[in-house]
Amino acid sequence: MAHDHHHDHTEPPSDIELRVKALESLLVEKGLVDPEALDALIDMYEDKIGPSNGKRVVARAWADDEFKRWLLEDPDAAIASMGYVGSQGEQVRVLENTDDVHNLVVCTLCSCYPWPLLGLPPVWYKSSPYRAQAVADPRGVMQQFGSEVGKEKEVRVWDSTSEMRYLVLPQRPPNTQGWSEEQLLDLVTRNSMIGVEDARRPAATATA
Amino acid sequence: MNGVHDLGGMQGFGPVQPESESEEPVFHEEWEARVYGIVRLIGRLGLWNLDMSRHSREKLPPADYLAYSYYEKWFAALQEQLVESGLVSEQELQTGTMSAPITKSIAERVVGTEEIHAMPFMVTSYLRPAPALPRFRPGDRVRALNRHPGGHTREPRYVRGHIGTVHDHYGAQVYPDLSANGVDEGRHLYCVRFDATELWGESADVNSVVYVDLWEDYMEPAP
Repeated sequence: MAHDHHHDHTEPPSDIELRVKALESLLVEKGLVDPEALDALIDMYEDKIGPSNGKRVVARAWADDEFKRWLLEDPDAAIASMGYVGSQGEQVRVLENTDDVHNLVVCTLCSCYPWPLLGLPPVWYKSSPYRAQAVADPRGVMQQFGSEVGKEKEVRVWDSTSEMRYLVLPQRPPNTQGWSEEQLLDLVTRNSMIGVEDARRPAATATA
Repeated sequence: MNGVHDLGGMQGFGPVQPESESEEPVFHEEWEARVYGIVRLIGRLGLWNLDMSRHSREKLPPADYLAYSYYEKWFAALQEQLVESGLVSEQELQTGTMSAPITKSIAERVVGTEEIHAMPFMVTSYLRPAPALPRFRPGDRVRALNRHPGGHTREPRYVRGHIGTVHDHYGAQVYPDLSANGVDEGRHLYCVRFDATELWGESADVNSVVYVDLWEDYMEPAP
Protein backbone atom coordinates (compact mmCIF):
# COMPACT_ATOMS: atom_id res chain seq x y z
CA MET A 1 0.00 0.00 0.00
CA ALA A 2 1.15 3.45 -0.85
CA HIS A 3 -0.40 5.21 2.12
CA ASP A 4 1.51 3.97 5.12
CA HIS A 5 3.98 6.86 4.92
CA HIS A 6 3.05 8.28 8.33
CA HIS A 7 3.55 4.99 10.15
CA ASP A 8 6.61 5.73 12.20
CA HIS A 9 8.44 2.52 13.02
CA THR A 10 8.92 3.55 16.63
CA GLU A 11 5.22 4.20 17.05
CA PRO A 12 3.20 1.26 18.38
CA PRO A 13 0.26 0.21 16.19
CA SER A 14 -3.06 1.69 17.21
CA ASP A 15 -5.68 -0.37 18.97
CA ILE A 16 -7.95 -0.38 15.92
CA GLU A 17 -5.11 -1.55 13.71
CA LEU A 18 -4.47 -4.54 15.99
CA ARG A 19 -8.15 -5.38 16.25
CA VAL A 20 -8.61 -5.30 12.48
CA LYS A 21 -5.53 -7.50 12.05
CA ALA A 22 -6.88 -9.96 14.59
CA LEU A 23 -10.24 -10.16 12.85
CA GLU A 24 -8.63 -10.56 9.43
CA SER A 25 -6.45 -13.42 10.73
CA LEU A 26 -9.50 -15.12 12.20
CA LEU A 27 -11.49 -14.79 8.98
CA VAL A 28 -8.57 -16.08 6.94
CA GLU A 29 -8.11 -19.01 9.35
CA LYS A 30 -11.80 -19.84 9.01
CA GLY A 31 -11.54 -19.69 5.24
CA LEU A 32 -14.05 -16.84 4.95
CA VAL A 33 -11.57 -14.40 3.44
CA ASP A 34 -8.97 -15.18 0.82
CA PRO A 35 -6.09 -12.80 1.60
CA GLU A 36 -5.01 -12.56 -2.04
CA ALA A 37 -8.54 -11.70 -3.10
CA LEU A 38 -8.64 -9.07 -0.37
CA ASP A 39 -5.40 -7.48 -1.59
CA ALA A 40 -6.64 -7.51 -5.18
CA LEU A 41 -9.98 -5.90 -4.32
CA ILE A 42 -8.30 -3.12 -2.35
CA ASP A 43 -5.87 -2.48 -5.21
CA MET A 44 -8.74 -2.08 -7.63
CA TYR A 45 -10.44 0.58 -5.54
CA GLU A 46 -7.14 2.36 -4.95
CA ASP A 47 -5.99 2.38 -8.55
CA LYS A 48 -8.69 1.55 -11.08
CA ILE A 49 -12.08 2.72 -9.88
CA GLY A 50 -11.85 6.42 -9.26
CA PRO A 51 -13.02 9.85 -10.38
CA SER A 52 -11.07 9.60 -13.64
CA ASN A 53 -14.03 7.55 -14.94
CA GLY A 54 -16.53 10.29 -14.18
CA LYS A 55 -14.16 12.89 -15.62
CA ARG A 56 -14.15 11.05 -18.95
CA VAL A 57 -17.94 11.04 -19.00
CA VAL A 58 -18.11 14.77 -18.34
CA ALA A 59 -15.38 15.69 -20.82
CA ARG A 60 -17.13 13.68 -23.52
CA ALA A 61 -20.45 15.37 -22.74
CA TRP A 62 -18.78 18.77 -23.03
CA ALA A 63 -17.13 17.88 -26.33
CA ASP A 64 -19.98 15.97 -27.96
CA ASP A 65 -23.53 17.37 -27.89
CA GLU A 66 -25.08 14.16 -29.06
CA PHE A 67 -23.43 12.19 -26.29
CA LYS A 68 -24.55 14.83 -23.80
CA ARG A 69 -28.18 14.47 -24.90
CA TRP A 70 -27.91 10.70 -24.58
CA LEU A 71 -26.27 11.02 -21.15
CA LEU A 72 -29.09 13.21 -19.85
CA GLU A 73 -31.88 11.17 -21.41
CA ASP A 74 -30.60 7.64 -20.80
CA PRO A 75 -27.66 7.96 -18.41
CA ASP A 76 -27.30 4.25 -17.66
CA ALA A 77 -26.96 3.36 -21.34
CA ALA A 78 -24.60 6.23 -22.11
CA ILE A 79 -22.40 5.44 -19.11
CA ALA A 80 -22.46 1.70 -19.88
CA SER A 81 -21.21 2.49 -23.39
CA MET A 82 -18.02 3.74 -21.73
CA GLY A 83 -17.78 0.67 -19.50
CA TYR A 84 -18.32 2.37 -16.14
CA VAL A 85 -20.92 0.00 -14.76
CA GLY A 86 -20.72 -1.75 -11.43
CA SER A 87 -21.58 -1.96 -7.80
CA GLN A 88 -23.15 1.24 -6.41
CA GLY A 89 -23.61 2.68 -9.88
CA GLU A 90 -26.43 0.60 -11.28
CA GLN A 91 -28.97 3.42 -11.61
CA VAL A 92 -27.53 6.84 -12.29
CA ARG A 93 -29.18 10.18 -12.97
CA VAL A 94 -27.07 12.99 -14.41
CA LEU A 95 -27.85 16.51 -13.16
CA GLU A 96 -26.90 19.27 -15.55
CA ASN A 97 -25.65 22.57 -14.18
CA THR A 98 -26.76 25.56 -16.27
CA ASP A 99 -26.80 29.33 -16.05
CA ASP A 100 -29.97 28.99 -13.95
CA VAL A 101 -29.41 25.82 -11.92
CA HIS A 102 -26.64 24.46 -9.71
CA ASN A 103 -26.84 20.88 -8.40
CA LEU A 104 -25.28 19.42 -5.27
CA VAL A 105 -25.32 15.79 -4.09
CA VAL A 106 -25.32 14.47 -0.52
CA CYS A 107 -26.33 11.35 1.37
CA THR A 108 -27.70 12.55 4.71
CA LEU A 109 -28.40 9.03 6.03
CA CYS A 110 -25.11 7.30 5.19
CA SER A 111 -22.62 7.64 2.34
CA CYS A 112 -24.30 6.70 -0.97
CA TYR A 113 -22.08 7.67 -3.88
CA PRO A 114 -21.60 6.48 -7.50
CA TRP A 115 -18.54 4.26 -7.02
CA PRO A 116 -17.99 3.20 -10.66
CA LEU A 117 -17.86 6.87 -11.70
CA LEU A 118 -16.21 8.59 -8.75
CA GLY A 119 -14.55 5.81 -6.75
CA LEU A 120 -15.00 5.67 -3.00
CA PRO A 121 -16.17 8.91 -1.41
CA PRO A 122 -13.77 11.34 0.28
CA VAL A 123 -13.84 11.61 4.06
CA TRP A 124 -15.62 14.98 4.05
CA TYR A 125 -18.53 13.58 1.98
CA LYS A 126 -19.13 10.92 4.65
CA SER A 127 -18.62 13.31 7.56
CA SER A 128 -21.30 14.60 9.90
CA PRO A 129 -20.74 18.30 9.06
CA TYR A 130 -21.38 17.77 5.35
CA ARG A 131 -24.30 15.41 5.78
CA ALA A 132 -25.92 17.75 8.30
CA GLN A 133 -25.43 21.05 6.51
CA ALA A 134 -25.78 20.30 2.79
CA VAL A 135 -29.58 20.01 2.71
CA ALA A 136 -30.27 23.08 4.85
CA ASP A 137 -27.47 25.44 3.86
CA PRO A 138 -26.02 24.39 0.51
CA ARG A 139 -24.53 27.79 -0.26
CA GLY A 140 -22.85 27.80 3.15
CA VAL A 141 -21.32 24.40 2.37
CA MET A 142 -20.07 25.54 -1.01
CA GLN A 143 -18.46 28.60 0.54
CA GLN A 144 -16.28 26.21 2.55
CA PHE A 145 -14.99 24.93 -0.79
CA GLY A 146 -14.39 28.48 -1.97
CA SER A 147 -17.45 28.43 -4.26
CA GLU A 148 -20.05 31.16 -4.57
CA VAL A 149 -23.40 30.58 -6.24
CA GLY A 150 -25.42 33.71 -6.88
CA LYS A 151 -28.93 34.09 -5.48
CA GLU A 152 -30.33 34.24 -9.00
CA LYS A 153 -29.38 30.59 -9.52
CA GLU A 154 -31.58 27.84 -8.11
CA VAL A 155 -29.55 25.47 -5.96
CA ARG A 156 -30.87 21.91 -6.11
CA VAL A 157 -29.69 19.54 -3.42
CA TRP A 158 -30.13 15.83 -4.14
CA ASP A 159 -30.30 13.60 -1.06
CA SER A 160 -29.35 10.06 -2.11
CA THR A 161 -31.82 8.17 0.06
CA SER A 162 -32.41 5.30 -2.41
CA GLU A 163 -30.29 3.13 -4.73
CA MET A 164 -30.41 5.86 -7.37
CA ARG A 165 -27.02 7.53 -7.71
CA TYR A 166 -26.51 11.11 -8.82
CA LEU A 167 -23.72 12.65 -10.88
CA VAL A 168 -23.45 16.39 -11.48
CA LEU A 169 -22.58 17.49 -15.00
CA PRO A 170 -20.72 20.74 -14.31
CA GLN A 171 -20.91 23.66 -16.72
CA ARG A 172 -18.25 23.69 -19.37
CA PRO A 173 -15.82 26.45 -18.37
CA PRO A 174 -15.69 29.60 -20.48
CA ASN A 175 -12.86 30.19 -22.97
CA THR A 176 -12.62 26.54 -23.97
CA GLN A 177 -14.08 26.79 -27.48
CA GLY A 178 -12.45 24.31 -29.79
CA TRP A 179 -10.81 22.33 -26.98
CA SER A 180 -10.51 18.61 -27.49
CA GLU A 181 -11.98 16.06 -25.12
CA GLU A 182 -8.48 15.32 -23.82
CA GLN A 183 -7.83 19.00 -23.07
CA LEU A 184 -11.19 19.39 -21.36
CA LEU A 185 -10.48 16.37 -19.18
CA ASP A 186 -8.03 18.39 -17.08
CA LEU A 187 -10.73 20.86 -16.14
CA VAL A 188 -13.09 18.30 -14.62
CA THR A 189 -12.66 17.77 -10.89
CA ARG A 190 -14.22 15.19 -8.62
CA ASN A 191 -15.67 17.94 -6.45
CA SER A 192 -17.37 19.52 -9.47
CA MET A 193 -19.13 16.19 -10.11
CA ILE A 194 -20.46 16.20 -6.53
CA GLY A 195 -21.42 19.83 -7.00
CA VAL A 196 -19.48 21.56 -4.23
CA GLU A 197 -17.38 23.38 -6.81
CA ASP A 198 -17.52 24.45 -10.44
CA ALA A 199 -15.18 22.88 -12.95
CA ARG A 200 -11.69 24.32 -13.11
CA ARG A 201 -11.19 27.38 -15.27
CA PRO A 202 -8.47 27.24 -17.90
CA ALA A 203 -5.26 29.03 -16.96
CA ALA A 204 -4.98 32.34 -18.82
CA THR A 205 -1.99 31.12 -20.82
CA ALA A 206 -3.71 27.90 -21.82
CA THR A 207 -6.75 29.43 -23.53
CA ALA A 208 -7.29 28.39 -27.11
CA MET B 1 -35.27 4.66 13.64
CA ASN B 2 -34.77 8.20 14.82
CA GLY B 3 -31.02 7.73 15.16
CA VAL B 4 -28.10 10.12 15.05
CA HIS B 5 -27.29 8.81 11.57
CA ASP B 6 -30.26 10.86 10.30
CA LEU B 7 -28.17 14.01 10.14
CA GLY B 8 -29.90 16.20 7.55
CA GLY B 9 -30.47 19.69 8.92
CA MET B 10 -28.71 19.15 12.26
CA GLN B 11 -26.46 21.93 13.46
CA GLY B 12 -23.33 22.37 15.50
CA PHE B 13 -20.99 19.95 13.74
CA GLY B 14 -18.64 22.69 12.63
CA PRO B 15 -17.07 23.27 9.22
CA VAL B 16 -16.75 20.59 6.54
CA GLN B 17 -12.93 20.65 6.36
CA PRO B 18 -12.30 19.06 2.97
CA GLU B 19 -8.88 17.64 2.15
CA SER B 20 -7.27 18.61 -1.12
CA GLU B 21 -8.79 16.52 -3.89
CA SER B 22 -5.44 15.80 -5.51
CA GLU B 23 -3.80 14.70 -2.26
CA GLU B 24 -6.45 12.75 -0.37
CA PRO B 25 -5.71 9.01 -0.44
CA VAL B 26 -8.51 6.50 -1.03
CA PHE B 27 -7.71 5.00 2.37
CA HIS B 28 -5.93 6.97 5.06
CA GLU B 29 -4.69 3.92 6.96
CA GLU B 30 -3.94 0.36 5.92
CA TRP B 31 -6.56 -0.99 8.35
CA GLU B 32 -9.29 1.09 6.66
CA ALA B 33 -8.54 -0.65 3.37
CA ARG B 34 -8.67 -4.04 5.09
CA VAL B 35 -12.03 -3.23 6.71
CA TYR B 36 -13.49 -2.05 3.41
CA GLY B 37 -12.28 -5.16 1.58
CA ILE B 38 -13.40 -7.58 4.29
CA VAL B 39 -16.89 -6.03 4.40
CA ARG B 40 -17.21 -6.38 0.61
CA LEU B 41 -15.94 -9.97 0.54
CA ILE B 42 -18.03 -11.16 3.49
CA GLY B 43 -21.02 -9.31 2.02
CA ARG B 44 -20.76 -11.49 -1.09
CA LEU B 45 -21.59 -14.56 1.00
CA GLY B 46 -25.17 -13.32 0.83
CA LEU B 47 -26.00 -13.66 4.53
CA TRP B 48 -27.21 -10.09 4.71
CA ASN B 49 -28.18 -7.30 2.34
CA LEU B 50 -27.30 -3.64 1.97
CA ASP B 51 -30.17 -2.41 4.15
CA MET B 52 -29.19 -4.80 6.94
CA SER B 53 -25.64 -3.45 6.80
CA ARG B 54 -26.89 0.12 6.90
CA HIS B 55 -29.15 -0.68 9.82
CA SER B 56 -26.38 -2.39 11.76
CA ARG B 57 -24.36 0.86 11.52
CA GLU B 58 -27.38 2.96 12.49
CA LYS B 59 -27.87 0.81 15.57
CA LEU B 60 -24.43 1.60 16.97
CA PRO B 61 -24.72 3.51 20.26
CA PRO B 62 -25.30 7.18 19.29
CA ALA B 63 -22.21 8.46 21.09
CA ASP B 64 -20.06 5.84 19.33
CA TYR B 65 -21.65 6.59 15.96
CA LEU B 66 -20.64 10.23 16.21
CA ALA B 67 -17.19 9.57 17.69
CA TYR B 68 -16.12 6.79 15.32
CA SER B 69 -14.44 7.46 12.02
CA TYR B 70 -16.21 6.07 8.96
CA TYR B 71 -14.39 2.75 8.82
CA GLU B 72 -14.54 2.34 12.59
CA LYS B 73 -18.32 2.33 12.14
CA TRP B 74 -17.99 -0.29 9.42
CA PHE B 75 -15.71 -2.40 11.61
CA ALA B 76 -17.98 -2.23 14.66
CA ALA B 77 -21.08 -3.09 12.62
CA LEU B 78 -19.27 -5.91 10.80
CA GLN B 79 -18.41 -7.61 14.09
CA GLU B 80 -22.07 -7.41 15.17
CA GLN B 81 -23.18 -8.90 11.86
CA LEU B 82 -20.61 -11.70 11.97
CA VAL B 83 -21.84 -12.81 15.39
CA GLU B 84 -25.56 -12.30 14.66
CA SER B 85 -25.30 -14.35 11.47
CA GLY B 86 -23.38 -17.12 13.25
CA LEU B 87 -20.39 -16.85 10.89
CA VAL B 88 -18.17 -16.10 13.88
CA SER B 89 -18.88 -16.87 17.51
CA GLU B 90 -18.52 -14.36 20.33
CA GLN B 91 -15.75 -16.57 21.71
CA GLU B 92 -13.85 -16.59 18.40
CA LEU B 93 -14.11 -12.83 18.27
CA GLN B 94 -12.74 -12.52 21.81
CA THR B 95 -9.88 -15.00 21.41
CA GLY B 96 -9.09 -14.44 17.74
CA THR B 97 -8.85 -18.22 17.31
CA MET B 98 -11.13 -20.49 15.33
CA SER B 99 -13.25 -22.84 17.40
CA ALA B 100 -15.72 -24.04 14.77
CA PRO B 101 -15.25 -24.50 11.01
CA ILE B 102 -17.62 -22.95 8.49
CA THR B 103 -20.22 -25.00 6.66
CA LYS B 104 -19.67 -26.40 3.20
CA SER B 105 -22.38 -24.20 1.70
CA ILE B 106 -20.67 -21.08 3.05
CA ALA B 107 -17.23 -22.29 1.95
CA GLU B 108 -18.52 -22.69 -1.60
CA ARG B 109 -19.50 -19.03 -1.70
CA VAL B 110 -16.20 -17.55 -0.50
CA VAL B 111 -14.85 -15.11 -3.09
CA GLY B 112 -11.61 -16.32 -4.63
CA THR B 113 -8.94 -14.58 -6.67
CA GLU B 114 -10.39 -15.87 -9.95
CA GLU B 115 -13.58 -13.81 -9.59
CA ILE B 116 -12.19 -10.84 -7.68
CA HIS B 117 -11.38 -8.75 -10.74
CA ALA B 118 -14.99 -8.95 -11.87
CA MET B 119 -16.41 -8.02 -8.49
CA PRO B 120 -16.38 -4.21 -8.75
CA PHE B 121 -18.23 -4.51 -12.08
CA MET B 122 -20.99 -6.80 -10.84
CA VAL B 123 -24.37 -5.14 -10.81
CA THR B 124 -27.32 -5.69 -8.52
CA SER B 125 -30.85 -5.02 -9.66
CA TYR B 126 -33.00 -3.14 -7.18
CA LEU B 127 -36.09 -3.24 -9.40
CA ARG B 128 -38.91 -5.49 -8.24
CA PRO B 129 -42.39 -6.36 -9.49
CA ALA B 130 -44.82 -3.62 -8.56
CA PRO B 131 -47.40 -4.61 -5.94
CA ALA B 132 -49.96 -2.30 -7.57
CA LEU B 133 -50.16 0.56 -10.04
CA PRO B 134 -48.25 3.65 -8.96
CA ARG B 135 -50.35 5.91 -6.77
CA PHE B 136 -48.56 9.11 -7.80
CA ARG B 137 -47.36 10.76 -10.97
CA PRO B 138 -44.83 13.49 -11.66
CA GLY B 139 -46.41 16.82 -10.79
CA ASP B 140 -48.56 15.44 -7.94
CA ARG B 141 -48.41 17.22 -4.62
CA VAL B 142 -47.58 14.82 -1.81
CA ARG B 143 -46.97 14.95 1.91
CA ALA B 144 -44.17 12.91 3.44
CA LEU B 145 -45.82 10.97 6.22
CA ASN B 146 -45.06 11.85 9.82
CA ARG B 147 -43.92 8.37 10.78
CA HIS B 148 -41.29 7.22 13.26
CA PRO B 149 -40.62 3.52 12.74
CA GLY B 150 -38.26 1.93 15.25
CA GLY B 151 -36.53 -0.11 12.55
CA HIS B 152 -34.68 0.85 9.39
CA THR B 153 -36.19 3.50 7.15
CA ARG B 154 -34.93 5.83 4.44
CA GLU B 155 -37.41 8.60 5.07
CA PRO B 156 -35.25 11.31 6.64
CA ARG B 157 -36.73 13.19 9.57
CA TYR B 158 -36.36 16.58 7.94
CA VAL B 159 -39.00 15.83 5.28
CA ARG B 160 -41.60 14.21 7.54
CA GLY B 161 -44.89 16.08 7.54
CA HIS B 162 -43.76 18.34 4.70
CA ILE B 163 -45.33 18.86 1.29
CA GLY B 164 -43.45 18.42 -1.94
CA THR B 165 -44.03 17.71 -5.63
CA VAL B 166 -43.30 14.42 -7.36
CA HIS B 167 -40.46 15.03 -9.80
CA ASP B 168 -39.90 11.49 -11.12
CA HIS B 169 -41.02 7.90 -10.74
CA TYR B 170 -38.22 5.31 -10.67
CA GLY B 171 -40.38 2.19 -10.85
CA ALA B 172 -40.85 -0.30 -8.05
CA GLN B 173 -37.67 -0.93 -6.09
CA VAL B 174 -36.56 -2.88 -3.03
CA TYR B 175 -38.31 -1.38 0.00
CA PRO B 176 -35.65 -0.71 2.66
CA ASP B 177 -37.97 -0.84 5.66
CA LEU B 178 -38.76 -4.49 4.90
CA SER B 179 -35.45 -5.37 3.30
CA ALA B 180 -33.61 -4.62 6.55
CA ASN B 181 -35.69 -7.43 8.08
CA GLY B 182 -34.84 -9.79 5.25
CA VAL B 183 -38.14 -9.32 3.39
CA ASP B 184 -37.52 -8.58 -0.27
CA GLU B 185 -40.48 -6.65 -1.69
CA GLY B 186 -40.87 -3.80 -4.13
CA ARG B 187 -42.61 -0.47 -3.59
CA HIS B 188 -42.89 2.40 -6.05
CA LEU B 189 -40.01 4.82 -5.67
CA TYR B 190 -40.33 8.52 -6.45
CA CYS B 191 -38.07 11.52 -6.45
CA VAL B 192 -39.84 14.35 -4.60
CA ARG B 193 -38.93 18.02 -4.76
CA PHE B 194 -39.31 20.16 -1.64
CA ASP B 195 -38.94 23.93 -1.52
CA ALA B 196 -36.32 24.90 1.04
CA THR B 197 -38.79 27.25 2.76
CA GLU B 198 -41.21 24.35 3.25
CA LEU B 199 -38.47 22.43 5.06
CA TRP B 200 -36.53 25.14 6.85
CA GLY B 201 -38.92 28.09 7.13
CA GLU B 202 -37.32 31.46 7.61
CA SER B 203 -33.87 29.89 7.92
CA ALA B 204 -34.01 28.49 4.38
CA ASP B 205 -31.21 29.22 1.95
CA VAL B 206 -32.60 31.55 -0.72
CA ASN B 207 -33.68 30.03 -4.00
CA SER B 208 -32.90 26.45 -3.09
CA VAL B 209 -34.79 23.16 -3.26
CA VAL B 210 -34.16 19.64 -2.00
CA TYR B 211 -34.86 16.45 -3.94
CA VAL B 212 -35.37 13.30 -1.88
CA ASP B 213 -36.08 9.78 -3.10
CA LEU B 214 -39.12 8.46 -1.24
CA TRP B 215 -40.96 5.15 -1.43
CA GLU B 216 -44.73 5.18 -1.86
CA ASP B 217 -45.33 4.00 1.72
CA TYR B 218 -43.69 7.21 2.95
CA MET B 219 -46.19 9.47 1.16
CA GLU B 220 -49.81 10.54 1.00
CA PRO B 221 -51.64 12.84 -1.42
CA ALA B 222 -51.54 16.50 -0.40
CA PRO B 223 -54.18 19.11 -1.22
